[in-house]
Amino acid sequence: MEAITLLQLIFDTLLGFTLLWLAWQALSSPDLFRAIVLFIAFGLLMALTWVRLNAPDIALAEAAIGAGLTGALLLSALARLKAKNSATIMTEQVKNKPLFWLLLTMLSLAVTSGLAFSVLTLQENSPGLSIWVLENIETSGVSNPVTAVLLNYRGYDTLLEMSVLLVALLGIWSLGGVPKRHDSFPGQILNILIPLLVPLLIMVAGYLLWAGAHAPGGAFQAGSLLGAAGILFLLVGWQFGTQFMGLPLRIMITFGLALFIAVGVALMLFGNQFLEYPSSLAGSLIFLIEAAATLSIGITLAALFLGGRPGLRRHK
Amino acid sequence: MTLLIDILTSLLLIAGAVFFLGGTIGLFRFPDVYTRLHALTKADNVGLGLMMAGLSLQADSLATVGKLLLIWLLVLLASASVAHLIAKTARQRGIEPWKQ
Amino acid sequence: MEILYLSIALFLFSTLVVGLWRILHGPTSADRMLAAQLFGTTAVACVLLLAQAFEYPPLRDVALIFALLAAVSAIAFVRRAWAAEEKK
Repeated sequence: MEAITLLQLIFDTLLGFTLLWLAWQALSSPDLFRAIVLFIAFGLLMALTWVRLNAPDIALAEAAIGAGLTGALLLSALARLKAKNSATIMTEQVKNKPLFWLLLTMLSLAVTSGLAFSVLTLQENSPGLSIWVLENIETSGVSNPVTAVLLNYRGYDTLLEMSVLLVALLGIWSLGGVPKRHDSFPGQILNILIPLLVPLLIMVAGYLLWAGAHAPGGAFQAGSLLGAAGILFLLVGWQFGTQFMGLPLRIMITFGLALFIAVGVALMLFGNQFLEYPSSLAGSLIFLIEAAATLSIGITLAALFLGGRPGLRRHK
Repeated sequence: MTLLIDILTSLLLIAGAVFFLGGTIGLFRFPDVYTRLHALTKADNVGLGLMMAGLSLQADSLATVGKLLLIWLLVLLASASVAHLIAKTARQRGIEPWKQ
Repeated sequence: MEILYLSIALFLFSTLVVGLWRILHGPTSADRMLAAQLFGTTAVACVLLLAQAFEYPPLRDVALIFALLAAVSAIAFVRRAWAAEEKK
């Protein structure tokens, strides 16, 4: 076997086994904090896996969300649990242990062999629908096939994904108001770091949004960077004005989804199907939708980090 | 000429990898948080810097070199700030430095 | 040259796997967080080496994102989780 292929094989095998091992350790760790740090490491390795699988768009999103945002979210949640002393792990709830482990092993074996069978019987180099995607790429308005699929061929799915994000936010908002927090003064280091990082994050988000049309990038990746910028603001303890937290916040959160639906409906009024872009306008429409989506996704992710509905008095 | 650049790149990359190894060994063998932070930042700054230098020699455009430089500066910034934050808060929490 | 890039990437990845030990056993929370930071930097180096080995520039954007967000979880740790740990 060639040296390069062998090296790749060793790398991928090591990566795969480490992922499995990390996942197991994260799930079975009795200490919640350790589990969270293991999960952050898992997110990092997951992004590396996407890189190895030649999926840079997903790798970008996983790097931003899995390694950065989720870590901050989980650590913040852990802090709230500890403050209420509810961070106990439920163990020893299973009555009949040998039967439990037998069933679990059989189920895992069944799923694993099913997966192995389907993967091993796949055709070598089966192209799937990529032929049709690449054939029609000029009429789709963009040259990156992933963006074409996300925003054009399967635009409806992306619309529904964005509504899922909105519903998740509404779920958190239904739990109550933003918890009172007594943050200490940020300190010199953070006062220097955050004003450097946040504008840079916003710039790179803009770059990823623009690059999404012809290279890996796009609305979700850019939006998650904006979300990270918002989370940094909130971590340092900077408050947004109460006026901003009312209507303007809600407008920005719904803007992406609203624009997406508005474009679809407008196209229907002009005689096309819902979300059927005319070829000449496709590129501009896609960019418009992506820009609005980036803003909304960013604000929604940062609002998720708030942990409650802003503007509502929290009754303890 | 290309051979010279390749050799230089290889040396820089290997040197960078050695510093990364040093950082990981330090993570293991040093006795407390503060010394481990020390080891970590060496790997970050010098190790990554040497690797960046090596990769810049192989870059095909000035924009790529700029991107590599930006990445290195960001890692420097992040690791220095985080090291300081963790050390300061560790001191406040009462974690004592290791004394011989 | 590709062999060199891949070998060093593999070497760095092995040090990363070994560093996992510190996450599992680090006596204090700070030790675990430290190790996660080292992971981030090692991942940046690995991805850049892979970008050069396979001549695939978009991977450098992935490395850029790693570098940008390296600090976020550590800042969340210092500002939120660690403070709460000691209040138990």
